[in-house]
Amino acid sequence: MKDSTAFSRREVLKSAGVLIVSFAFSPAHAPAQNGRGGTPAAAADLDSFLAIHPDGKVTIFTSHVDVGTGIMTAYRQIAAEELGIPAERFNVIEGDTGTTPDHGGTGGSSGVPRGGADIRRAAATARRALLEMGAKQLGRPASELTIGDAEVRPASGGSGVGIAALIGGKRFAIKVDPNAPVKNPAAYTVVGKPVRRTDISGKTNGRHVYVQDFNLPGMMHGRVIRPAAVGARLLAVDEASIRGIPGVRVVRIENFLGVVAKDEWAAIRAARELKATWSEGQTSFTTAGLDAAMAAAPREPEQIQVNRGDTAAAMSSAAKRLSATYYWPFHGHTSLGPSCAVADVQESGTTVLSSTQNAFGLRNVIAGILNIPREKVRVTYLDGSGSYGSNGAYDAAADAVLLSRAIGQPVRLQWMRQDEHAWDPKGPAQLLEVSAGLDKDNNLVAWESKVSGPAGPQWTEALLGPTAAGIVAESPRGGGPPTTQNLELPYAVPNMRVSACALKATPIRLSNLRAPGKIGNVFAVESFVDELAVAAGMDPVAFRRRGMTDPRALAVLDRAAAMIDWQARPSPAPQARAGGILTGRGIAYMRYKQAENYVAIAMEVAVDSDTGNITVRRIKCAHDCGLIVNPDGLLNQVEGNILHTLSRTLHEEIAFDRARVTSVDWAAYPILRFPEVPALEVALIDRPDQPSYGAGEAACAPVAAALGNAVFDATGIRLRNVPFTKDRVRSAFARL
Amino acid sequence: MATYQLRVNGRTSTVDSWDPDQPLLYVLRNELGLHGAKFGCGLGQCGACTVLIDGKAARACITSVKQATGHAITTLEGIGSPQAPSAVQAAFVAEQAAQCGYCTNGMVMAATALLRSNPQPTLEQVKSSLAGNLCRCGTHTRILNAVMRASRVQGGRK
Repeated sequence: MKDSTAFSRREVLKSAGVLIVSFAFSPAHAPAQNGRGGTPAAAADLDSFLAIHPDGKVTIFTSHVDVGTGIMTAYRQIAAEELGIPAERFNVIEGDTGTTPDHGGTGGSSGVPRGGADIRRAAATARRALLEMGAKQLGRPASELTIGDAEVRPASGGSGVGIAALIGGKRFAIKVDPNAPVKNPAAYTVVGKPVRRTDISGKTNGRHVYVQDFNLPGMMHGRVIRPAAVGARLLAVDEASIRGIPGVRVVRIENFLGVVAKDEWAAIRAARELKATWSEGQTSFTTAGLDAAMAAAPREPEQIQVNRGDTAAAMSSAAKRLSATYYWPFHGHTSLGPSCAVADVQESGTTVLSSTQNAFGLRNVIAGILNIPREKVRVTYLDGSGSYGSNGAYDAAADAVLLSRAIGQPVRLQWMRQDEHAWDPKGPAQLLEVSAGLDKDNNLVAWESKVSGPAGPQWTEALLGPTAAGIVAESPRGGGPPTTQNLELPYAVPNMRVSACALKATPIRLSNLRAPGKIGNVFAVESFVDELAVAAGMDPVAFRRRGMTDPRALAVLDRAAAMIDWQARPSPAPQARAGGILTGRGIAYMRYKQAENYVAIAMEVAVDSDTGNITVRRIKCAHDCGLIVNPDGLLNQVEGNILHTLSRTLHEEIAFDRARVTSVDWAAYPILRFPEVPALEVALIDRPDQPSYGAGEAACAPVAAALGNAVFDATGIRLRNVPFTKDRVRSAFARL
Repeated sequence: MATYQLRVNGRTSTVDSWDPDQPLLYVLRNELGLHGAKFGCGLGQCGACTVLIDGKAARACITSVKQATGHAITTLEGIGSPQAPSAVQAAFVAEQAAQCGYCTNGMVMAATALLRSNPQPTLEQVKSSLAGNLCRCGTHTRILNAVMRASRVQGGRK
């Protein structure tokens, strides 16, 4: 396969230090071509997914990317399992529009269930082909053969023939067969075992190459200067203001402003010191009183997603009616390393190195910006700082392309910290209104939940650089109303109404941020279920169990409760409101997107009634995502989901005024720190007979509700607005 | 353009800088090709750029090339190699203590400095010594386990 491409991914990586002789644009590797982009993998050539080399090593090609999730290790295991070749012999080429098939971008926890399923089908197709080849070679029917230790051999024993000898270096030249027989999970020996990631060693010794580390001869360092206010126009630039900084070129394209220099520090100082005059901007909201402003804001018509029974009638005849409003704030991805890209725009073609989660999507957008055919653009993924959705990577790639085109040289463009905090597209705020009715025996008879927020985001929405430069790129606008996934009550109720409402305006750009919409939705649903349990005078676990029948749901709820030594009693705890340090426990359950992973999380907290400080002492999580591919990689993801969301719930809220985001560094936008890290324990429930669901998001969803419920149990204070800052808790105590 | 003599990972290198206030980070990354230290904030807030200066953890993004001159600088590349990792590096691999790994440099360097001054820290001491190092992926638990493991291994207490 490597013969047909001018630079393979391996060569890209080898060159990533400093030495590279040439970096000529190479459009693509043949199998990925023929205008097949976006075609389902089942219709694709097997060779576009897998290459078996003469030395017995195997390369997997995939458009999905790792971004630190460990998903590439799972792919090695899945392919190794079907092919009977040890996982150590696999390497993966990811997210390169020149060499990998387009079977979807990374996101929405699709890596294992969709991307992994494609890899499994490809490997199963290869397995059958190898058995047939072995049958010819060994003179026995394929049905009597098996594959193990990288050879095809008789199932009954005896000598076989090596896979490398059968196919090494040659193409299969067949299509992926979606019906190729796959291995029975009961016979798995690689899937389900903890396999170490190959990238971690390099991450501990400085050899792992991130896009931020990529270097090219003749490469210039670029920085952008964003407007002083959202949507502001560039009125004047005073180039004399940076006269003392050597070797700097200013690039101005309408309202797009950047600098390039051979020396990175010169580019940084120039971007900081260049005097530019901007017009005023005006956003639709400010952070102060945002929940109330959103409630009153102009909106599109409500869209009803679930309407079961007669909720209005059941509500009016209920013995008890409760309602509450919850609020989830704008959050940033705020990647630890600011977004970065390297672009080389040449007449022969454009090459972009990016940590994009969607190389093919980015390729199309860049082709639109440059107004050239997409075949003239090659986007190659390199690891970046964790992105958790669509962070600034796409904007940075577009910025790099604009600068490279302007100067005719390769440009490495990195955002500064304030660029990332201020300008990465944000996870949208949500206003969540819930109400419910209980009958005289405290049975739940009616449920209503409604989410309002800015219209659902698309990652391609209005890239900053091209928009400022007056270029209308291929960029579909935002989608419909906020998601109602996990806004449904996950317990039995005869009458239920669930709806969503899009606000007509958003103050800042939006994109998907890890478990988009689901954390806020579960925060409202599962906090309010706790409020109902209080109204019913019941233990929160018992109240939930009453409405549950699915054994997998019950299994996670009971497991999490057992792990935290759940004491069955109604909340709040008897000592609540006593003052001093108050302790309590809370629990929350959900099934992700109402159709995927089952997760329950229990927490124990201590709340200081004088300072308002919440200390999370213990977190216990029970997690069922069906068949587990790599339990250690899965644990790493689930732990990350929980601590990332704990950070969002305790501390995070994007602040902005009428002109701009004002929380532009880690002091103004604090995140979780080590001294706050609780004892965390995750129980994985493996279901080898069930399909695998992705696990990069699900365990985020119950975190905020579990924490809020634990705080209520400890204090009797119901926190309905995130983040749960000290000030917010302290003032709630003052109101008691 | 002034010239500076930097002692990095035991070797002395001569580097040019047009600005004496240029942070050490860019010199390490762009002049010396040492990419272990990462740019995270440029404000000394996140720890991604941590190096050791005379054995103590320091932020390369707010230490100027002029200030660094005359001191012993150690980067991630200088504490161990892929073939012979330091105890801390090996412990991070053993615990699989990274996700994206962009903060890993800072975690390994801060832990290395901590274990030199306090070879047997308690878990709470490790937490407070890493308080200035941010991790966005939520890998904290594994990082803590890795530092505790390195402490045990270094002390011969597997």
